[in-house]
Amino acid sequence: MAEFSLPANSKVRKDGRIFKAPAGAKNVRVFKIYRFDPDSGGNPRLDTYEVDMDACGPMVLDALIKIKNEVDSTLTFRRSCREGICGSCAMNIDGKNGLACVSACADVKHDIKIYPLPHLPVIKDLIPDLTNFYAQYASIKPWLQTRTAAPPDRERLQSKEDQEKVDRPSACILCACCSTGCPSYWWNSDRYLGPAALLAAYRWIVDSRDEAAGERLDYLEDPFRLYRCHTIMNCTEACPKDLNPAKAIGEIKQMMAHRRL
Amino acid sequence: MSLRSPLGRVAGLGSAKDGTAHWWAQRVSAVALIPLTLWFMFSLLALPALDYATVRAWLAFPLSGFLAVLLVAVLTYHSYLGTIEIVEDYVPSAGMKIFTLLVLRFLYVLVGGASIFAILRVAFGS
Repeated sequence: MAEFSLPANSKVRKDGRIFKAPAGAKNVRVFKIYRFDPDSGGNPRLDTYEVDMDACGPMVLDALIKIKNEVDSTLTFRRSCREGICGSCAMNIDGKNGLACVSACADVKHDIKIYPLPHLPVIKDLIPDLTNFYAQYASIKPWLQTRTAAPPDRERLQSKEDQEKVDRPSACILCACCSTGCPSYWWNSDRYLGPAALLAAYRWIVDSRDEAAGERLDYLEDPFRLYRCHTIMNCTEACPKDLNPAKAIGEIKQMMAHRRL
Repeated sequence: MSLRSPLGRVAGLGSAKDGTAHWWAQRVSAVALIPLTLWFMFSLLALPALDYATVRAWLAFPLSGFLAVLLVAVLTYHSYLGTIEIVEDYVPSAGMKIFTLLVLRFLYVLVGGASIFAILRVAFGS
């Protein structure tokens, strides 16, 4: 059966460490952060950090960086651009997948709980293993495929209307918030491609310059690769870039029906 | 431990080139169930009484019997399509999956067949 409870070595221990705020801090927020150290071999635990928000930036990533710099340098997480365009700091914040850099601490009313993206192997602390996720993206051949040679003197032209069809789907930053928020992906990520890869496939299928829509649909036409999507729409809910993978997948299913009706 | 590349694992055994027929059949049967269910509900509500003799007389009327058989057939089919989807979602091991799908298939034919047989028996009053 599908795994509905965590395996024994993934159960979160109750005896996490507690780091108190410095004396005299007036505006204290409590961060409870998932910690897992592969070298110690122990089960993961939830560490508690009290942060003086008067001496910290407003975003969850600001707090994480402050903790790592000033309180506990062993805390491990990915981050880069701190403005929502690199997708590195995707994690589960207050039960919802999102980017730490564009999630305000003020939007969470209680203790701020931070976990890695759900249902992926954890490498350390907040860093999940995205190998399969990236391989799925590569598998949909996310590049232009044509048989017509490019004009020798200029780029391939695309009308404004046609560009608008790929404009939004192209804005995907591959942060994996959508795929790891999808229950279908939790149970079948070995065979279901997930919303991120399917949105990318859609982006190339509808690209007016691409000439491989048929082959792309052939690759997707599978009870697991595509049809594990049951329109749960967690993907669209989770997307920090306000994209709509659920609608893209729905349109792919319609194209599948169109080409045989 | 497998040394197969991540891309090789994702490619797996390739596309089954299938799934669209299932998806389409689920939608077609869903649409067909709208008028059939409405007809069934309003017909029952319109009956003067719900005792055996009245319902039996109603089912013996050709159109009622025919539509009732149709309703059971489409409902069973639609339910079958949905249930195998659930099995595919939650039963990952191949052996267990084939066994469950086999049992389900037999069960649905059994239930659907028995229901239709029961309606026909009542309709034709043997």
